[in-house]
Amino acid sequence: MTTRIIATGAYAPGQVITNNDLAKIVDTSDEWITQRTGIKERHISSGDNTSVLAINTAKQLLERAGVEAESVDLIIVASVTPDYGTPSLGCMVQKEIGAVNAVAFDVTAACSGFMFALSIADKYIRTGVYNNAIVIGAETLSKIVDWSDRSTCVLFGDGAGGAFVEKSETDGIIKEEIGTKGELYDILTEGYTSCSNAFNGNESGTDPLWYVNMNGREVFKFATKSVVKSVERVLASADVSPDEIAYVVPHQANVRIVEVISNKLKIPYEKFYMNMDRYGNTSSASIPMALNELNERGLVKRGDKILLTGFGGGMTWGTMLVSW
Amino acid sequence: MVFEKIREIIAEQTGKDESEITLETNVKEDLDADSLDLFQIINDIEDEFDISVEDPEAIVTVKDAVDFVESHKN
Repeated sequence: MTTRIIATGAYAPGQVITNNDLAKIVDTSDEWITQRTGIKERHISSGDNTSVLAINTAKQLLERAGVEAESVDLIIVASVTPDYGTPSLGCMVQKEIGAVNAVAFDVTAACSGFMFALSIADKYIRTGVYNNAIVIGAETLSKIVDWSDRSTCVLFGDGAGGAFVEKSETDGIIKEEIGTKGELYDILTEGYTSCSNAFNGNESGTDPLWYVNMNGREVFKFATKSVVKSVERVLASADVSPDEIAYVVPHQANVRIVEVISNKLKIPYEKFYMNMDRYGNTSSASIPMALNELNERGLVKRGDKILLTGFGGGMTWGTMLVSW
Repeated sequence: MVFEKIREIIAEQTGKDESEITLETNVKEDLDADSLDLFQIINDIEDEFDISVEDPEAIVTVKDAVDFVESHKN
């Protein structure tokens, strides 16, 4: 018994901001951004918060899966930019789609968020507790980016993606792993709020660490190393060779990271599906948005072996080998 | 030995031929490498020789890399 993705979906806000648009507000250029990251444009919300993106994705998933909201058992949303501390995005989705019989909650694992959420849904399904799940990654990173910091503001975008999963006797998740290395937590942070209250003298207001803060070199090193090792472990445990992989859907952070990973794993670069040129880094939305596009374009057929691999703040990682 | 290995690492990351890489080569300027190429070259050197490069900015020429490894490896 395993868990199979039977539908994918995605939703991005309509406003597109190009590299040239960014060059008007910070000292950067289309050439620099493209060469260093592979990103050309990204979607930035005109005001819709993360819940809207998640809800629209969920509605699309229900339609594509041909499932009534009342029969959804589980809703997990991964995000580091929810609307609220409480209610969770999961609960907001539950209300808007009318999934009255579901259990809903959020998961936070940064850019590995969707992998963690899918891993959790898989365990509930495999153990027979639930039959199906809506799993979504949704972000409005535009609200935690310092738009005057050219080293970070060029990288991120808004969007949501998801999958409807259910139990399967045949195809589905073959092997997976998630991991964290907490000792590196400070190399990539966002959303810090200090403890300021009526009884201490701490300053209230927006902390500089509210905005995304990244040690680029260390993050690059972590990403390349952890992904390579994680994929090697998953392939080895499934006794599958790199040649058998139809597509790899990596977290869409930076094409340069993907180049290194492709080289080290000896999986041809063409097999890495990427859409970061049009969406930038959308954190936990990035893998499901890319997977959805791969699916919508009809590039995957039943039985194809796909690798999903994410890495991000925490530091975290997650890899899944899937038989589509 | 150290030079040959470093030359191999740099050739692989930059896509240049090993014949273009000498001790005097300035990695950024002569081989058209950007900061991310350098990150990865340093990462590979760290892994290969089991050392830690605290100040990657100090490695400008291939000789800088060789000298660093020679003085730090076990």
